[in-house]
This record gives sequence, C-alpha cells and structure tokens, in this order.
Amino acid sequence: MALSVQIAKRLPEFELDVSLTASEAPISILGPSGAGKSMLVRCIAGVERPDRGRIALGEKILFDSERHIHVQARLRRIGMLFQNYSLFPHRSVAENVAFGIHSLPRAERDRRIATWLTRTHLEGFENRRPRELSGGEQQRAALARALATEPEALLLDEPLSALDTHLRSQVESQLQETFAAFRKPLLLVTHNIEEAYRLGEQMMLLVRGRVIAFGPKAEIFRHPPTQAAAQLTGCKNFSRARGVSDSEVEAGDWGVRLRVAQPVTPANRQPAFVGIRAHHLEFVEPSEASARPENVFPCWPVRVSETPFRVTLYLHLHQEPGKGVPHHLQAEVYKEKWATFRARPLPWHVQLDPESLFLMPE
Amino acid sequence: MDWSPLWISLATSVTATAVTLALGLAAAVWRQGRKGPAMAFLDGIFLLPLVLPPTVVGFFLLLLFGRRGPLGKFFLWLGTTVVFSWPATVIAAAVVAFPLMYLTARAALEQIEPNLLQAARTLGATEWRVFREIALPLAWPGILAGTILAFARALGEFGATLMLAGNIPGRTATIPIAIYFAVEANDVSLALRWCAIDAAISLAVLAALYYWTHAQRVSRLGWGRR
Repeated sequence: MALSVQIAKRLPEFELDVSLTASEAPISILGPSGAGKSMLVRCIAGVERPDRGRIALGEKILFDSERHIHVQARLRRIGMLFQNYSLFPHRSVAENVAFGIHSLPRAERDRRIATWLTRTHLEGFENRRPRELSGGEQQRAALARALATEPEALLLDEPLSALDTHLRSQVESQLQETFAAFRKPLLLVTHNIEEAYRLGEQMMLLVRGRVIAFGPKAEIFRHPPTQAAAQLTGCKNFSRARGVSDSEVEAGDWGVRLRVAQPVTPANRQPAFVGIRAHHLEFVEPSEASARPENVFPCWPVRVSETPFRVTLYLHLHQEPGKGVPHHLQAEVYKEKWATFRARPLPWHVQLDPESLFLMPE
Repeated sequence: MDWSPLWISLATSVTATAVTLALGLAAAVWRQGRKGPAMAFLDGIFLLPLVLPPTVVGFFLLLLFGRRGPLGKFFLWLGTTVVFSWPATVIAAAVVAFPLMYLTARAALEQIEPNLLQAARTLGATEWRVFREIALPLAWPGILAGTILAFARALGEFGATLMLAGNIPGRTATIPIAIYFAVEANDVSLALRWCAIDAAISLAVLAALYYWTHAQRVSRLGWGRR
C-alpha cells in the first residue's frame, strides 16, 4: 500500500509545499531545523491540518481539501513516533503499549504486548514507568506502542535526537532492524546527515518548506541537483563554474580550470556551480604531481582544525597566502594520512579527482 | 447551642463545590484551544465573581433570581422561588467559587504536553478517551487543588449569600452569617465558638491543599517535565 502526499500549508515564515510517494522503502526527510519537516509528518498523521492538497494511503483518502475530507488522526491507522516519545507518564510500559489496542480481546492484547516488548528488547520492563527508563528504552517503548496497533504506515519525528551520542549507534541499529521488518510506507525526519543516510533508502531534502531533492540516497549524495542540496548533504567546497568544453569547466572562485567526468551539458553549462566533498580531496607526492596531471594544484594550509580522528585543512591555492586570506578549499583527512604529508615542504599538492567533482545548475 | 449553621454550611459548601467542579471543569475543557476576542470576553465574565465585591455579586444574583428577574420568572413558572431558600446559599457559594475552579482547572489542563494528547489520538483514541485516560489523570492534582480552593471559598462565603439567601435560622443561616448576627446581637461567646469551628474547618482544608500540592510535586507526578 502506497502513501501519497501532496499538500501545502502556510507557516509563519514560509509555505510548506510538498509532494511525495512512499511505498516500501524507508524515506528519510533531511532538512535544517525549522524547514517544516515535523509539520509535514504531523499533517500526514492527522494531528495538523494542511491548507490544501491531498493525502491518500492506498485506496483510502485521508485528506482532500477539494472534497472537504479530513479523516481524524485516530482513524488513519498511521503510527507516529514523537520527538520526545510522548509516553504517558502515569501508565506503565505495558499500559502504554496497551493503549492503542484496548479494544482487542484480553488474550490477544496480552499476546501482542508481549510480542512487541520482546521485539523491542523490553522484556521485564512491563511495570516500569516511563520516567524509570533510559532515553533509548523510552524510544523503544514508544516504538512498541506505535507498532502494536499494526499501523499501515509509520512516521518518526527525530527519533534519535533526544538521545545521548553514545546511545545513538546502538539504538540506530535496532531501528534499522525494525525498519527492515516493517515493509510499509515509512518516513523518518532528521536533521542529521549520517542518520538520514543510514536509516533511509530514499532521501528527501527539505528546505524552507520545499523539496529540493528526492530520490535514492546514493544518487543524491553523488550528484546533488542544486547547491542547496549539496550543502545540506554536507558538501563544503563550491565554486562558480562556467563550461569551457564538453569535459572542462572554469572554476572562477578557485581560479582553476577543471576536467570533470560528468558531461558538461547545456543544462549545467550556464550558469553553474562545481563542488567537491572535503574528504574527496587527495594529497599527492611532489614526484607524482607531474605524473598525475589532472586537476592537481599547489596549495598552502591557512588553518588546521583537529578532531579526535580527523583533521580539517583549510587550503589556499596557487600562492602562499598572506595573513587573513580566506581559504579556497576545505579538506578532511584521517590523522594517519595527515601524518604522511604534514612534514613535507610547502606547497603541498592537492588533486580534485574528476570523478569526485559534480556540477550543479543554478 | 443551635448547630444548624454548621450542617447548613457543610451541606452548602459540599453541594456548591460539586456544582463548581462540574461546571468549572467543563468550562475549562471547552475553553481549551479556543482563541479570539469572544473568548477573552467570556473569560472576563467567568472571572468577574472573583474581582467583584460579594455584595455586588449577590445583588446581581438577586436581580436575576428575584420575582422580576428572568430566572426568577422561570422558577415562578415552575411554581417555586429560589431567593431566601437553601438552594440560594448553594447558588451564591457556587458563583463566587467558580472562578477559582475554572482558573486552576485551566492551568492544570494547559500544563499537559500537547503531544501526549496527539500521541493518544494517533493511537486511535476518541476525544472522550483522550480526556478520561490521559488529560484528566494528568491534570488531576491541579483539579483537586482547585476543588479544595473552591470549597474553602464556598465555606467562607458571606456577602452574596446574605443578599440572595438572607438569614433564616435553620434554613439559610450559614456559619459566617451566624457569626455576623451573633456579633450584632452582642453574643460574643457564640460568635467566638463559631469562629473557632470555622477556623478548624479552614485549617483542615488548608492541610488537605498542602498535602495534595506537595504530593503532586514530589511523588505521583514527579516525572521529568520540560
């Protein structure tokens, strides 16, 4: 059963205007805070009402502004996981899970509660109150509560952002398990790039209420359709670009001519941007620099910033920079790699692999 | 000593509190999520008995329930009058206690995290179930505190009661009215005895209020609220 959504809703800052279709593949909706992501899933769940449009789950119309249909949330059979899980604080874990299935015969209800508490690894927690659970346990209890009703679609609003970092990867892999077993329309809202990538198969990028990219996640990361999409997927390096041949562009902001693997079609020839991800920049040895002629340029570090395992290098191209000169490129390398070239004499040589460069129309 | 003022006071306060609880809670629930100038005006009307002198409230009630008042005419048509009867003490006490109940019930309901109610709806709950199983239990300590406040206010009601119900010993004379007329009749010892009884009841009510607000903060609802 497919979930098809095509809605618009006026928000204080902008208009939310989204259409999407979801079937079995989980879709992660990635966007900065305040992009309208939560509002989108709340409209689908039926706890908010769009201004106009249509929402359908299979044959069932859930919302249609023209026909004045607005099915109440309780009748939609859509499970929703709220950002802070919204467990009922005055009820035990088992009573929380029972809430959505209270009309079932007792034996069947008890069986379902047991099944879902087992699947979410919460056996033995039946009589705990939500405040006695850790963040990860609360999330699982909320998930069990939503899934026990056997919904036809599942919506998750920032399922991991309320958790401590060290808990996330564990909870994330449990979520992946659950998603794999669900096989129904599933939307997941997040502002975390990696979470979005790992948990979704399809990906939707939402900025100020608009869909700026929607498709298979790998495709979106390899060839972001716009600069905004590239930025949202974590790309740090952009330059204005002008096509000079079928396979070459002039990158104005970096002052270089670049060979690109992607064809320079008329669509992205004028005007266009070229981009490359920070971890795709390669550092080559001076002896190799002349042997690898494609897109290799001398560079000087302007600033270096370390994290526990990686180093971010802010690079200036062509000549030794003076004080306060802005950087051209931002490179990210593992510390082990950095150790191999940090002692080399300047300038270093950076390569912008044609395969890693991507072009974006305006 | 004639104990009737005690029984009248207790019966009046208990009845008035029950009426106030029902009406105040209903008004607070109905008012939830509604906005606009009409609502602000209505709030003003609901809270008027709190800010007006009780004698003024009593005078309005007298106009309303008197022989020429709209409600008075209605009751006359039913073959009865309200003014200077025991129900008049209940009406006066309920009207002055209403704002306290309404305010505390509204505050208690507004404190509930809206997503809890929305989550209940996405789990298939009807509005009645959302109210009965989620909103009411979560707002309960606040509502109870409001009930106790309303009871205390009803118990102490004097001005409006005197205007609407008068001083009919054995029928409408509550403790505060008995005290007033004892003092007027120079029976200081009787007035003192009623004062002591009134103070005892009030202290018991305050103890209950303290217990409930404390219990709310410490144990039953001590989960992490943002």
